[in-house]
Amino acid sequence: MYKYLLCWRYLRSRYIALASIVSVMLGVATMIVVNGVMAGFSHEMEDRMHEVLSDISFQSRSSDGFPNAEWHMEQIQRVAGQHIAGMTPTVNTPAMLSFKLNGEFVNRQVHLIGVDEKTYHTVGDFGKYLQHPENRRRLSFELREGGYDERDHQAGPEAPLRVQMRRAGWARRRDMASLAPPPAQPAPDKANPFQTGRSPTVSDVVEGTTFDPAKEQHTGIVLGIALSSYHDPQGREGFFVLPGDDVSLVIPGAGIPGIDSNKIGLRETCTVIDFYESKMSEYDSSFVFVPIKELQRMRGMTIIPKVNSIQIQLKEGVELDMVRDQLRRDFPPQRYLIQTWRDKQGPLLAAVRMETAILNLLLFLIIAVAGFGILAIFYMIVVEKTRDIGILKSLGASSHGIMGIFLSYGLGLGLLGAGSGMALGLLFIYYINEIADFLGWLTGRPLFDPTIYYFQHIPTIVDPLTVAWVVGGAALIAIVASIMPARRAARLHPVEALRYE
Amino acid sequence: MNDHGISLAASDLTSVSTGAGLAVDRRHLAPSPAVAPRHVTTAIQGAEHAIESPTDPVMRVRGLKKSYRRGVHEIPVLGGVDLEIGSGEFLSIVGQSGCGKSTLLHLLGTLDKPDEGEIHFEGHRIDNLDPAGCDVLRNKHFGMIFQFYHLLPELNALQNVLTPLMISNGLISYRRHRRRFRRRAMELLEMVGLSHRLRHKPRELSGGEMQRAAIARALIANPRVLLADEPTGNLDKTTGDEIIRILRRLNREQNLTIVMVTHDAAIADSADRQVCLVEGHVVER
Repeated sequence: MYKYLLCWRYLRSRYIALASIVSVMLGVATMIVVNGVMAGFSHEMEDRMHEVLSDISFQSRSSDGFPNAEWHMEQIQRVAGQHIAGMTPTVNTPAMLSFKLNGEFVNRQVHLIGVDEKTYHTVGDFGKYLQHPENRRRLSFELREGGYDERDHQAGPEAPLRVQMRRAGWARRRDMASLAPPPAQPAPDKANPFQTGRSPTVSDVVEGTTFDPAKEQHTGIVLGIALSSYHDPQGREGFFVLPGDDVSLVIPGAGIPGIDSNKIGLRETCTVIDFYESKMSEYDSSFVFVPIKELQRMRGMTIIPKVNSIQIQLKEGVELDMVRDQLRRDFPPQRYLIQTWRDKQGPLLAAVRMETAILNLLLFLIIAVAGFGILAIFYMIVVEKTRDIGILKSLGASSHGIMGIFLSYGLGLGLLGAGSGMALGLLFIYYINEIADFLGWLTGRPLFDPTIYYFQHIPTIVDPLTVAWVVGGAALIAIVASIMPARRAARLHPVEALRYE
Repeated sequence: MNDHGISLAASDLTSVSTGAGLAVDRRHLAPSPAVAPRHVTTAIQGAEHAIESPTDPVMRVRGLKKSYRRGVHEIPVLGGVDLEIGSGEFLSIVGQSGCGKSTLLHLLGTLDKPDEGEIHFEGHRIDNLDPAGCDVLRNKHFGMIFQFYHLLPELNALQNVLTPLMISNGLISYRRHRRRFRRRAMELLEMVGLSHRLRHKPRELSGGEMQRAAIARALIANPRVLLADEPTGNLDKTTGDEIIRILRRLNREQNLTIVMVTHDAAIADSADRQVCLVEGHVVER
């Protein structure tokens, strides 16, 4: 009984012990906040990745791809048809994007994807990331008259407007055509590998007629938004090219029939018809989409169309790995690479997991440091209380009882520190965006810039199990730290303790 | 504080300790086996018929030796003390500072272990008891008061008095008996004249008040023997005399055995019997 009373009294009257409570509290709060934010970020990131990538990608090992996509899709249907919700063939190839800026060419390395307009929406959420409402509903590679989103439809209402998008579309195209004097069609120059002549496009009229840029378009192309956008110092978004502008694609020549393999590549003019914005900067700054038929044509695959991969979307709740393994059994692995979206992003996901683990380790060490603080403070309290310990022993308190006082004191401090730390951490997470805004206001520099992270708010997830572990661990450390002082107190000789001044 | 008040309170107390108090005593004499190891229990059970002959000494000390080591030197403090303390006796042990009076008292109260010799309490040897047995003895059968009062600074007077009962009772059994315990503590505090200072912390009390609270604490468990180590050593004469008066009253009215250590001859004179501790040996006066 006296243990609890004295322990409570010590807890109330020893303000120095508050220092150790505070250190435990801060450690616990930081761990909870860091875990919450890391979990939030990685969850958001996984979500994004999964939306961008199809469940399973069925790829060819060779860069040329495989012919007869229909046959492959039938085979896949045969193997795992009952699990499959949608499939679409794609052609992937590295390419160079170039456009004119202030009279000079800007070149960007891109990942060119040929997609089938009719089936691509069945896998992933491609459509959702486009900037024209009609394209979001139904993708068309024909340039729209106008009506592109000025407001980022994925961001909140407070996001700044993209004023330039107001003129995007045919209006932009007519503006640009009227500004530039109608260029004379350069005569095809056989000596220049980049000027192999513009191959006929769907929108082209009869060979020989002049191309009117105000009325006609080249092959439609969807650009990753970050390929064209930039941020001015005020954080507003600007664009180098807009839907309606022409850009050039350079496709590597190697492997394309009819092209000298020493030549660098093949230049193709395309018209931007929309932007793709997945908010994953890796994708937004490298993905370029063109119609699959056009890409096959550009690469000279008109006779035997080949595809690089087939994207597969599974039905809700189907085990990804199970279907992947089924497919792997049926298709020779030396020719086909079959991966789930998790396999594809494995290194990134593993890196996030690793980061979380290391951060947790470091923060736990901080709590351990707090444990040493408890140890030191407890030792002082035991020395200070030597006489009281002697008194208690002279009144018949057992050594175990004395030890119990200090152990329960340690537990009390630990629980108090961990409990208040938990409360603080959870409150911090709950108000994290307000806190970030306030700190941004205080320092005059936004702490969390949505234009960098592509999230409007800091995402957080609180896992009760993690919180329980952190709190339990902190309390345990406090007890372990109080064992040594408690043992010392218990071992004090009553006579010497009574004489202690 | 008038004498009448004290005697009234003290007679109340007598009724408590001879009526219900004696029953409590019996209960204390058979501590639960969980608290005391078996040989303590048998020792205490053996004590039952030792009580039947009241002339037997409560404590008997034989050839008690104790020395302290300071570096390589061994400093003998007690060189073979023989002493008998009769039941209901008020014994004072006098001697110069550093002659080993306090050491002897600590040995009697099992706070320390002798190098040689034996101590018997109610016919049973206690100097070789294990720590748990000593704890029970100190908690239930000995009451101790000290020169520097030794109250716990965090607790108020009432809580300090209740401390021995808090030590012997767990949380649940203490809560069950809390009312009775508090009543008993209040009675004791009233007996020592401190009923107006129940909620005061030790630092808010004067020296005499602290010593009176310490006496009340020493008596709360109905001990057989009260061991007092220079109880007036830190008090002025008037206050010291008051403390002595309380002790004498306890001795007379409750037949409480008191062993008091002091260097003050005037204080020692108030005891029934005096022994002198000279060079580690006891000399009767």
